Amino acid sequence: MKPKLAVRNLHLHYGTKEVLKGIDLDVPENNIVALIGPSGCGKSTLLRAMNRMHDLNPEAKVKGKILLDDDDIYAPGKDVVAVRRKIGMVFQKPNPFPKSIFDNIAYGLKIAGENNKQKLHAIVERTLRSSYLWEEVKDDLDKSALSLSGGQQQRLCIARAVAVEPEVLLMDEPCSALDPISTARIEELMLELKKQYTIVIVTHNMQQAQRVADLTAFMYFGEVIEFAPTRQLFDAPQMELTANYLSGNFG
Amino acid sequence: MRQNSLQQRLGLNTLRFFVLLVLLFLGIILWEVFSKGSGVINSGFLFDYPRKGMTLGGIFPTIMGTIFVTLVTTIFAIPMGIATAIYLSEYANDNGINRLIRASIRNLAGVPSIIYGLFGVAVFVQGMGLGSSVLSSGLTLGLLTLPYIITTTEEALKNVPHSYREGALALGATKWEAIWTNVLPSAVSGIVTGSILGLSRAAGETAPILFTGVAFYLRYLPGSVYDSFMAMPYHLYILSTQHHAIEEVRPLAYGTALVLLSLVFVLNIIAFIIRYRYRNFNKARI
Ligand SMILES: Nc1ncnc2c1ncn2[C@@H]1O[C@H](COP(=O)(O)OP(=O)(O)OP(=O)(O)O)[C@@H](O)[C@H]1O
Ligand SMILES: [Mg+2]
Repeated sequence: MKPKLAVRNLHLHYGTKEVLKGIDLDVPENNIVALIGPSGCGKSTLLRAMNRMHDLNPEAKVKGKILLDDDDIYAPGKDVVAVRRKIGMVFQKPNPFPKSIFDNIAYGLKIAGENNKQKLHAIVERTLRSSYLWEEVKDDLDKSALSLSGGQQQRLCIARAVAVEPEVLLMDEPCSALDPISTARIEELMLELKKQYTIVIVTHNMQQAQRVADLTAFMYFGEVIEFAPTRQLFDAPQMELTANYLSGNFG
Repeated sequence: MRQNSLQQRLGLNTLRFFVLLVLLFLGIILWEVFSKGSGVINSGFLFDYPRKGMTLGGIFPTIMGTIFVTLVTTIFAIPMGIATAIYLSEYANDNGINRLIRASIRNLAGVPSIIYGLFGVAVFVQGMGLGSSVLSSGLTLGLLTLPYIITTTEEALKNVPHSYREGALALGATKWEAIWTNVLPSAVSGIVTGSILGLSRAAGETAPILFTGVAFYLRYLPGSVYDSFMAMPYHLYILSTQHHAIEEVRPLAYGTALVLLSLVFVLNIIAFIIRYRYRNFNKARI
């Protein structure tokens, strides 16, 4: 099967420091792929390369290809905005905008030119329902999103990303700031979203990777050491580094 | 241990002393102006022209002149200052030239206002042929406030969390959309406060308008931006140092000072209200 998202020999330098050293990774459609590895190995850097977030940083130099449906997102003249609309991102720290709950969800739609009130309302309700937030906030849509709890904020951010209907969803440690109950809700949500979207998630939580991911990639010092179906990677790692990491010998 | 706590007490009391000293000076100034000026304030003082060589009548044209020229300053300096700040904070990268530009802007804030006045004469009054006018003075005052507006706006923009920008970009916003719909609204209170404080400083300046448009006495309000005007700070200067009967007009001088102070005070109150409303809105930010 053709991968939805394919990373091909990707190198990334911050100034003179090489942080990604030739990454290859195939993300199949409607799968969840987890990136694990010790702190500083380049997981966030790789994830951010997948929707060209490094464009903002003049220090970061990217070489190689990332193909979305066989189409290189780094091709010269490529419309970055269109790429980001297809590849959404949820950040480690919930980052709702200082606007109302409604406006947070509608933000991406509005800048895409959708101004029809009824349509916006319908989409806001649908996405809030799909992220299990509707019952909690349906009477407070005009309230500031900053008044929500951390877990609610993160579900709002996921809903906000889903509202623009991307094809791929990138999540950088989306549960690291949340309690077990909020985490469970978000995992549940991811399994639901997987039916429509392709998801790449960075996580330090090994249990979480095993609960949600179809495939897991173990990264070490800017390289993908092992990439395999999650069960296989955790139960029978092929590489010694992977085995050491999983048994807690370092990192 | 004992030694330390003694030092601590001594330090704290020294600080207290200086704070009180500053407050004392401020209080004396306000008291002076208020007690000596409030006697002449009535509707005639506010709405009449000066009469009998400024020994009688009111200061109406100076109030209108100051408001008019400050408006021109606002229209010129605020959009330009904010635009410059947006460019410097969001677009300009951190290379040598841009660092030089930033440093120059900071330094411009320290240039004496009389220098701005001379520059205004050379460039606006003579160079561009705008003559001695509200426009020339407004632009000169605008230049004076620009560094202030630019630095405070840049500061306000820098304080907007980076995650607001990234969050917007990740949803398919262009850089400009992220700035316009997300960064600017979060920085509004800082921008407005800075701008208003800058303008209130401009409204009280004498030197920059001295050669560029202010007049000693006019019988009419300026009809367009190309006319000269009267202004409160200059009027105050005349009444307190240049008048032939200084002792006689002293109460009028204090009255003018009081009105000028009140204008500045009102501007500051407005800044406070705007900041307060936006703070309420953003309060839940952790
Ligand atoms: N903006 C940057 N400029 C320079 N170096 C950076 C920058 N961001 C990250 N790095 C470096 O790149 C390397 C990889 O960082 P990255 O954030 O991708 O790690 P990570 O695997 O996500 O770690 P963690 O699990 O702690 O989040 C680190 O050595 C880090 O110091
Ligand atoms: Mg990271």
